[in-house]
Amino acid sequence: MQSSQSFLARPFTERSTQLFLGILFAAMAVVTVLHLAVPEGSALYVSAYTITLLGKYLCYALLAVAVDLVWGYLGILSLGHGAFFALGGYAMGMYLMRQIGDRGVYGNPDLPDFMVFLNWQELPWYWQGFDMAWFAFIMVLLAPGILALVFGFLAFRSRVTGVYLSIITQALTFALMLAFFRNEMGFGGNNGLTDFKDILGFDLRTDATRMGLFLATGVALAIGYVICRIIVTSKLGRVSVACRDAEARTRFLGYRVERVQLFVFAVSAMLAGVAGALYVPQVGIINPSEFSPLFSIEIVVWVALGGRATLYGAVIGALLVNYAKTVFTGVMPDAWLFALGALFVLVTVFLPKGIAGLLPSLKKKPQDDDSTPPSTAKEVTA
Amino acid sequence: MSIIRSLTQWLFVCCLALPLMAQAQAESQPAGDNGQALLQALADSSNAQKGQVLSDIAKSGDERARDWLEAFASGKLSRVEDSGQFVIVLENRGRNWKVKDALTGESMGEISRRDLDNIRINNALRRELDGILSVIDLTVDNADTRLEAARAIRGRVDEAMAERITTLLETESDDRVSDVLSESLAIYRVEQGDVASVAQLSGSLNTEARAALTTVARGDDPAMVKAANEALASIEQKLKWNRAAETLYFGLSLGSVLVLAAIGLAITFGVMGVINMAHGELIMLGAYTTWGMQQLLPGQPGLALLLSIPAGFMVAALAGIAIERSVIQFLKGRPLETLLATFGISLILQQLVRTVISPLNRTVITPEWMSGSIMVNEALSLTLNRLYIIGFALIVFAGLMLIMRKTRLGLEVRAVTQNRAMARSMGIKATKVDIMTFALGSGVAGLAGVALSQITNVGPNLGQNYIIDSFMVVVFGGVGNLWGTLLAGLSLGTINQLLEPWAGAVLAKIVVLVFIILFIQKRPRGLFPQKGRAAEG
Repeated sequence: MQSSQSFLARPFTERSTQLFLGILFAAMAVVTVLHLAVPEGSALYVSAYTITLLGKYLCYALLAVAVDLVWGYLGILSLGHGAFFALGGYAMGMYLMRQIGDRGVYGNPDLPDFMVFLNWQELPWYWQGFDMAWFAFIMVLLAPGILALVFGFLAFRSRVTGVYLSIITQALTFALMLAFFRNEMGFGGNNGLTDFKDILGFDLRTDATRMGLFLATGVALAIGYVICRIIVTSKLGRVSVACRDAEARTRFLGYRVERVQLFVFAVSAMLAGVAGALYVPQVGIINPSEFSPLFSIEIVVWVALGGRATLYGAVIGALLVNYAKTVFTGVMPDAWLFALGALFVLVTVFLPKGIAGLLPSLKKKPQDDDSTPPSTAKEVTA
Repeated sequence: MSIIRSLTQWLFVCCLALPLMAQAQAESQPAGDNGQALLQALADSSNAQKGQVLSDIAKSGDERARDWLEAFASGKLSRVEDSGQFVIVLENRGRNWKVKDALTGESMGEISRRDLDNIRINNALRRELDGILSVIDLTVDNADTRLEAARAIRGRVDEAMAERITTLLETESDDRVSDVLSESLAIYRVEQGDVASVAQLSGSLNTEARAALTTVARGDDPAMVKAANEALASIEQKLKWNRAAETLYFGLSLGSVLVLAAIGLAITFGVMGVINMAHGELIMLGAYTTWGMQQLLPGQPGLALLLSIPAGFMVAALAGIAIERSVIQFLKGRPLETLLATFGISLILQQLVRTVISPLNRTVITPEWMSGSIMVNEALSLTLNRLYIIGFALIVFAGLMLIMRKTRLGLEVRAVTQNRAMARSMGIKATKVDIMTFALGSGVAGLAGVALSQITNVGPNLGQNYIIDSFMVVVFGGVGNLWGTLLAGLSLGTINQLLEPWAGAVLAKIVVLVFIILFIQKRPRGLFPQKGRAAEG
């Protein structure tokens, strides 16, 4: 076995991880070269617009990896991961808002435009500190992380699992959406935060910054993927899979199931927060619609399509569905929801293992935990 | 100028002479009656004298008096310059105005506005006239009109009216009217400083009585101030109760909407263990069935609504069967996958409605017998449509209870729920029971849609707005327990309404959601958890 090897290094010896990182970095390099070296008129030229679009896809891919970590390896179907994504996004958005300074429409150096508009006199306490990048970046991790810890602590301690947990995670994101829609919350209400100017001193509208954000997202995805691999190949990961397949039995064996669940859930929430934080500067806006239950459940279908409990499957699913969304909404906007709805049905009925299930050759050893859960009998309620 | 004027007059005479002459003959003498004299007096007197003339007209008991005074109040009473005949202007646009004879009420066609001499009114007279008009209404035969008139003069009684009301009270036969009238008198007397009349107002809920009491409570007379404050306190107490009753009513009506939306889910989710995310869209189908029915039967919204009840049930039940057969049966024992697949179906159904019907909201007409409200007292009135929905929810609930407890189907459903294998070995066709249960739950969603079409917008997003609430109700009440669903729905609705005044609608909803999330931590199986083997997750 690999017991002598550090658990941190273990993922890098896996063929699937090597392949994934290889393809990811190769693709990033190709895109960079095509953008910088190919003349603009050429058919191979990748425009800044496309790069931002790809960057957005990569954010979604990281989010999907985060969802796969809890759904695939912990058996928790979270219908509220959009909330963590959006919280990370809002933390980043607040930093970007403060960076605008006096360049806003009202030219107020202390208050963002929407606060001036609402006649607020001073910055609310929870906006303090967001003018400093380091503080904002810490909050990108802490805001979703703490929410996940509190929510998870309450839920896992009282052994809320299965469908119940799914429904209350959905209620959580729904409640947050309603809350963020309120102007009194101080997050820009309906319009959210937008009109950003620059990040860390770089102008957001220049191609170079967009390129940089794209590359940063790619690196974040790689790191996030490796973190998840480290978790799932470690002993902790094995316990977590045990929780997924037979929660009661794992508990009887003496493992503190709720602690494992809490840890993995919080890590996943923070990854989602990072994805949101990278998403916001590329898209240029964050508003409460990111909290909508529809978005959260869409993430789940990306993972389901790619194949749960594989991680790379989540990435494939996120990229495929979002590429399809871009194409569909451009060509026939009406058909998109039909296609998405059909995707939900077809994947669950005909493709329970997702696309990754069609590529068994990637598995190195049979005892790798990549097998889709045999049957989720323990999730049956009532 | 004078030529033109005489020409128009001549033309006018040509046009009108014949009918006028005919009219004059037909009416013969009655037209020359008291009415002509009264109007003559009104037209010729000065503004200061007009008040007296008006009350003369009111007291005359002439049944046309109301018409005259109303026309006068709106500046439409005129005299034809040449004939001296009084007319009421019906339409005053353009050069020629449509008029009718003030005495006979017969139409006189059009008359050039230059030939009409308007009888002017000023604001002081108009105010006086308002009182006079309502006093006239107090003498009509219809008790409802009298009641309305009595309410209208409350708080505006002056000395002259007070006298008149006192005399009217002696002959008034209707209790409601005399109550309102004596209250009006009491208000007047309190305003005049009569301490004894304060007691009469102490239980009154109307704003005029309160206003009068508040005014005198600020006065100088200590006895009066004390009495008025006591009366106000008792009114305040009574108002508080009424407000509480109103909140409870709104809470119950919101709650019964939640119960309706959730009860179908309680069957499919609670009894069968199937997560149907398309439940909201089945509600939407029921609402659209109502709309479609009203399109089929234009002009008969009431009949259409009644027919929609079975139709909505059938449409949703058939859709439910289709969903069960095409998707859910393949996902047995995989609740999370069922959740995702049915969510996909909900997206498809929503988009289908958007594409086939319209992305915009449709208007569903509320039949007459459902609109309006019942006035319990001055501070509390219950809207009828909400009352109907409360009743409908209770009937649906009772019906479902009966089906589950008293019929063969209910027995089989409970058997399959408790132990599928055992039930099958007893000869129960589990598949058939699945279909029937799902159809029943879906059909009830359709019924909810029919009810919801009366109080909310019918649009493609209708279902989405209710799905999360419905799940909350079922989870809060305890899965698999219809009583729990009823209690949970009603109490969540009431809590929501209780919070709304100080938190606002959105915040109230957030608070309720957070409350449920926390509640689930304490009691993961809801208010009424299932006991026994079925409860083991």
